[in-house]
Amino acid sequence: MIEVDAIIIGGGIVGASAALFLSKAGRRVALLERDFCGSHSSGVNYGGVRRQGRPLSQLPLSQRAHEIWGQLPQLIGIDGEYQRSGHLKLARSLDDLRALQDYAASSQGFGLDLQLLDRTELRARFPWVGDVAVGASYCPDDGHANPRLVSPAFAQAARRHGAQVHEQCAVSAVEHDGQRFRVSSQSGLELHAPWLLNCAGAWAGRLAEQFGEAVPMHAGHPAMLVTEPLPLVMNASTGVEGGGIYARQVARGNCVLGGGQGFALDAARARPGQQAVIEILRQAVELYPFLEGAQAIRTWSGTEGYLPDRQPVIGHSSTQPGLLHAFGFAGAGFQIGPAVGQALTEIICNGAPSTSLDAFSITRFHSISVA
Amino acid sequence: MKPVVIIGAGPAGIRAAQTLVAQGVRPVLLDEAARGGGQIYRRQPANFKRSAVKLYGFEARKAKALHQTLDTLREQLDYRPDTLVWNAEADALDTLHEGRAARIEFSRVIVATGATDRILPVQGWTLPGVYSLGAAQIALKFQGCAIGERVVFAGSGPLLYLVAYQYAKAGAKVVAVLDSSPFSAQVRALPGLLSQPATLAKGIYYRSWLSAHGIPVHQGATLQRIDGEQRVRSLNWSDAKGEHQLACDAVAFAHGLRSETQLADLLGCEFAWNPLNRAWLPQRDRAGRSSVAEVYLAGDGAGIMGADAAEMAGERAALAVLEDNGHPIAPQRCVQLEQSLTRINTFRKGLEQAFIFPEHWAANTADEVMICRCEEVRAGDIRQVVREGHWEINRVKAHCRAGMGRCQGRMCGAATAEIIAGESQRAVSQIGRLRAQAPVKPLPFGLEVES
Repeated sequence: MIEVDAIIIGGGIVGASAALFLSKAGRRVALLERDFCGSHSSGVNYGGVRRQGRPLSQLPLSQRAHEIWGQLPQLIGIDGEYQRSGHLKLARSLDDLRALQDYAASSQGFGLDLQLLDRTELRARFPWVGDVAVGASYCPDDGHANPRLVSPAFAQAARRHGAQVHEQCAVSAVEHDGQRFRVSSQSGLELHAPWLLNCAGAWAGRLAEQFGEAVPMHAGHPAMLVTEPLPLVMNASTGVEGGGIYARQVARGNCVLGGGQGFALDAARARPGQQAVIEILRQAVELYPFLEGAQAIRTWSGTEGYLPDRQPVIGHSSTQPGLLHAFGFAGAGFQIGPAVGQALTEIICNGAPSTSLDAFSITRFHSISVA
Repeated sequence: MKPVVIIGAGPAGIRAAQTLVAQGVRPVLLDEAARGGGQIYRRQPANFKRSAVKLYGFEARKAKALHQTLDTLREQLDYRPDTLVWNAEADALDTLHEGRAARIEFSRVIVATGATDRILPVQGWTLPGVYSLGAAQIALKFQGCAIGERVVFAGSGPLLYLVAYQYAKAGAKVVAVLDSSPFSAQVRALPGLLSQPATLAKGIYYRSWLSAHGIPVHQGATLQRIDGEQRVRSLNWSDAKGEHQLACDAVAFAHGLRSETQLADLLGCEFAWNPLNRAWLPQRDRAGRSSVAEVYLAGDGAGIMGADAAEMAGERAALAVLEDNGHPIAPQRCVQLEQSLTRINTFRKGLEQAFIFPEHWAANTADEVMICRCEEVRAGDIRQVVREGHWEINRVKAHCRAGMGRCQGRMCGAATAEIIAGESQRAVSQIGRLRAQAPVKPLPFGLEVES
């Protein structure tokens, strides 16, 4: 039997950063990961480290995350290929450009420093963008990183600060005996703690349901691909207003592109699928003409949790004291994840987070009947 | 109605097609090459006029028979050469032909994807002038050119002696043959090899021919390093007597073959560790049925057994397709084929004893040796990730990029697995299996799509 202060279920970037910050605050932590830490959506996502485009309600937390990302090497021991390349959100129509202008206006005061570029300015500053773009919104301090390296490194750093990190350790039972949580694993571990953190990503719904607060979460499978190394061309990570292809180029020269949805192979594995891959290959050359003739060498997908309003659930359970939820990041949890881990730590250590989490309360689904 | 599709027009695929056509089925035959025959019976370009005997030696009759079968069947097949199958999903294959992407749905599919060389890198293996044994053979067979003027052949496996013989026969200067297997292993293997006396005799013939023509053949000889600046200039090898140097301008090397299993993987076939192949292979029954109802496996793509076995396995898998579709088939023929395949497998076990896998390769490979040339990952980089606590091969790949490049681990996967196993002190069967990801080969941006 292992006695700790907090048990964390899920070794993605949220759970692992909570493990890191709690350990740094002197708390005894056990992190249980069914597979390997950061091997699901935290490790296989696009790698965007972006504030621009998020709902305004997320910006305070996202801004906190931005500061944490600025300290990445000190925090996790590697730079994770993180670079503040800037993030360019392209508009393909004047309507889309107006939407970007509206966003820039309403997000003022959050520290994003967005710059709106008309067609001429866009061509002058980012000549590699295709003619389909009529303008853009540029966030100079947003950027991108390598999720394969960053997310597992949070777990490694937590381990170095004393957290117990149990990989390949699926949870078999969770219960609360009136005083504390009792968690057992398929491998035979038995853990007790007054706090339980549900950071189980696309699979978090089951635990929430067990405590009487089911959420209407579904899994999504973003399609992703990477090219062979190409001459360095893209000096910003990019996205498109209204959805579509997103793309970045890593220092090695490979371009990483995402867009569209793949399909699930089973509960844990997903593939991008032919349709989404071909759509990316077709659309990308309009947005980024330099890719014409380049080769895609690998494709992949992951499994991410989506709630109907595409906002996460973060904070206290309304039914079980000591239970904290943090899941449902709708494919946008990578940047914000470390700030979520920090906020959960504040709840445990200080009684309340320093950034309001009210917008992300699980209670917003309580009046919805979950099919 | 969705067609029966065969992937690969080598010995297995062509015989499978023939068997289906004989029962009135019109299969789709997809092949990456411009002309059918597979790697072993690869056909020269149409305007080349070398004779079959010159190209295929003892195998000329078999090669001609296979080519003729394909030529005769052409009108009864939906034959699509120059067609890469880059992805597979539950009931469909995704193809690329002359820059056009298309999708073909199948009712059943026979996967006959063949094999490539198993590469165990040494220092200097990425220098111009270093080829795999299979590539050296293709240069000769297909384009009619040699990889160099003074060539050393190294590694192990039946191809080692065959390609060296073919080069010498074609007039190239073969400097030496360096066989990593000791002579004692080959003596021990004799009982198994005697199950296919004709094949054994050919092997002995190549070897004797080389010796009779004054070409040094060294056994228990390990290739240590290859040197040169712009191109291969020399190599070092060692045996019980010490280290030796040879001047040469080209090297062909490999340690046997490895099955091309990505499509079977993408199709969802279950895999099992196969100690004889020292690899994860898609599981199949004696007829070639995989764990997925519509998917059948034949030829070297499902386990290395050679061209003769591939022809039989192709026919047997096609008979299974016919049987599962309710066609009457001759059970005697099935039994006959299965018995022959069993005999060849006994021979194959003998070959593995004769050309024994160099178990010490990983331990003897220095940190600076490049393992994954696409992503430029060295043995030391892989070992570093293992020392950080990782041991599962996909996980190691995620951390150091080994197997993540253009070849998707087809060339470096086996060597990466050996290095991980060695460093983590696990058996190579205990570090997981490198998962296949589409595309099987690179896919261009801006492709056209067939509606």
